[in-house]
Amino acid sequence: MEYVPNIIFAVILIIGIGYFSRNVKKLFRNIKLGRDLDVSDDKPQRWKNMSMIALGQSKMVKRPIAGFLHVIVYVGFVIINIEVLEIIIDGLIGTHRIGLHILPNAVYGFLIGSFEVLAVLVLIAVVVFWLRRNVIKLKRFLSAEMKGWPKSDGNIILYFEVVLMCLFLIMNATDLEFQALNSGNVISQFIAPWFHGFSEGTIHLIERSAWWLHIIGILVFLNYLYFSKHLHILLAFPNTYYGKLTPKGQFDNLEAVTKEVKMMMDPNVDPFAAPPEGEDAAMPAKFGASDVQDLSWVNLLNAYTCTECGRCTSECPANQTGKKLSPRKIMMDTRDRLEEVGKNIDANKGEFKEDGKQLLGDYITNEELWACTSCNACVEACPVSIDPLNIIMQMRQYLVMEQSAAPMELNNMMTNIENNGAPWPYNQMDRLNWKNE
Amino acid sequence: MAEFMAAGKQPEVLFWVGCAGSFDDRAKKITKAFVRLLNKANVEFAVLGTEESCTGDPAKRAGNEFLFQMQAVTNIEVLNAYEVKSIVTACPHCFNTIKNEYPGLGGNYKVVHHTQFLKDLLNDGRLTIEGGQFKGKRITFHDPCYLGRANNVYEAPRELIRKLDAELVEMKSCKSRGLCCGAGGAQMFKDAEPGNKEVNIERTEQALETKPEIIAAGCPFCNTMMTDGVKNKEKEGEIAVMDIAELIANAQDL
Repeated sequence: MEYVPNIIFAVILIIGIGYFSRNVKKLFRNIKLGRDLDVSDDKPQRWKNMSMIALGQSKMVKRPIAGFLHVIVYVGFVIINIEVLEIIIDGLIGTHRIGLHILPNAVYGFLIGSFEVLAVLVLIAVVVFWLRRNVIKLKRFLSAEMKGWPKSDGNIILYFEVVLMCLFLIMNATDLEFQALNSGNVISQFIAPWFHGFSEGTIHLIERSAWWLHIIGILVFLNYLYFSKHLHILLAFPNTYYGKLTPKGQFDNLEAVTKEVKMMMDPNVDPFAAPPEGEDAAMPAKFGASDVQDLSWVNLLNAYTCTECGRCTSECPANQTGKKLSPRKIMMDTRDRLEEVGKNIDANKGEFKEDGKQLLGDYITNEELWACTSCNACVEACPVSIDPLNIIMQMRQYLVMEQSAAPMELNNMMTNIENNGAPWPYNQMDRLNWKNE
Repeated sequence: MAEFMAAGKQPEVLFWVGCAGSFDDRAKKITKAFVRLLNKANVEFAVLGTEESCTGDPAKRAGNEFLFQMQAVTNIEVLNAYEVKSIVTACPHCFNTIKNEYPGLGGNYKVVHHTQFLKDLLNDGRLTIEGGQFKGKRITFHDPCYLGRANNVYEAPRELIRKLDAELVEMKSCKSRGLCCGAGGAQMFKDAEPGNKEVNIERTEQALETKPEIIAAGCPFCNTMMTDGVKNKEKEGEIAVMDIAELIANAQDL
């Protein structure tokens, strides 16, 4: 009977990690639904970007208040989780605070003391975050796309963190043996007196409950990630690694188009020649993107990484002037549609069954796409290197090259370029007139 | 350019005038101001004249990759035939497209924006900048998206303004957080989507907050948008919208 808790612990741990891994596999599969994109270049720069932007939070602190609070929660989260290591070892082999047995008391006290201080700082930061969302009502948390689930999602994560931090502190405060050491109980020594009236047995029961709830809470949180906007705590790292390295103004040249154009310009090409064997298969089915499978896998990784902070939208000139476009919504729509496609594949034994829907039209409207000024403010603002503009441009390409659905004025502009080499109807021969005017 | 070729010479730089600089009445003044500065500094430059064609930027941003690449390949053929090595342009859109998007299609040139070029002329002692009529004036600079965020050029235009002994005042969103004028992404050529304000009005309001005497621009399209914004606010009597090249040329009464 004495091994029962260990077995229960192992089972809970396996279920928690197992279910999470299953969803991570799904995540990978969904991201791989995207078009192939070679991002194997300039690895040193990519590592540098990841360490500066994700690890070093360099873009978060561009907005000092939110940035500072976020750094506290981030550092707190990473460091306090070292404690989880001890909990797992204790839980599996049945020890109690194994750290005390293998580390000098002073070192152990210093570690736990730092965790306790960080836990309080995290609690303060989380309260401020909650106030910003629910009392101060910052504009970027109130946009149309933030109604319903995205709003609750943001709050649920904050509640999770409050509960986890409190459990950690209570667990320490009710551990009589740990309190007796009087090393590392920097904060919990002030909580311990709350329990003085209780019997030793009750206090022990509270300690055990807090301990169990803490580890179960962490496993639930881990599994909640997949269903939440909070995946960024994991995906920010690969996302910043695979982020764009070229100047922001440089848009990709479509290779398929280059091939066609080269052929058109080459006088030696026989326009009636049959394509060589296998050539047809290599041609992409369509130009631009109308659904998630047409986007690159990096676009899809971007969508899962987005934590809906809305910095992109708050910097967007179109959004600021009341247009429908919100770069955050572009990312949320992409993820929602990708999830829908993923579920479709799950339900149909690994095959996607046409569902009569697509990203364009059913999620993102033409009006949103045509409101973009391609100014890159959203790309610059994103703290984790997400590129909403890239998705917008691919969808415009689909609208123009597959559907000829550009606004009329733009069609006029393009006709002008085609006919007289300028977006306005001026004569090519008048190009040098300014010289003599 | 053809004349240089016929004489068997290569110019120091090719001035890519751009469609706005060639056809738009307001932008033509920028073109001429820049040419006066080039002449003053004894720069041997050429233009393609009637052989120049749209870079394809507005077509590409509108989603028409075919038209963009057709334009690009045609222009690259002309540029390569003349063995052009170095290009300067007063349009950030042309600058961005030729510098970043032409290399992948076979066009490799050293491309600079005219503010960078003028800064180099200044540093090399080939051009002097005097404050003239702009000494002590409050000037705010509007960052063109395709120069600033798109290519990280923020300092060259500012350095030139400071050389005028003018008081450079920054708007609340500037440099990497500069607000677009509303013309990019082919918006110049269409009506805005429904909203509650025009982007150029929003940006003009930001500029007016700095109480400027002059709004400096580095892009013919931004220039148009800001000029319209100032007119909308009925401030065109007090506030001028001018390109950096015009500021420098006018300061010296060129």
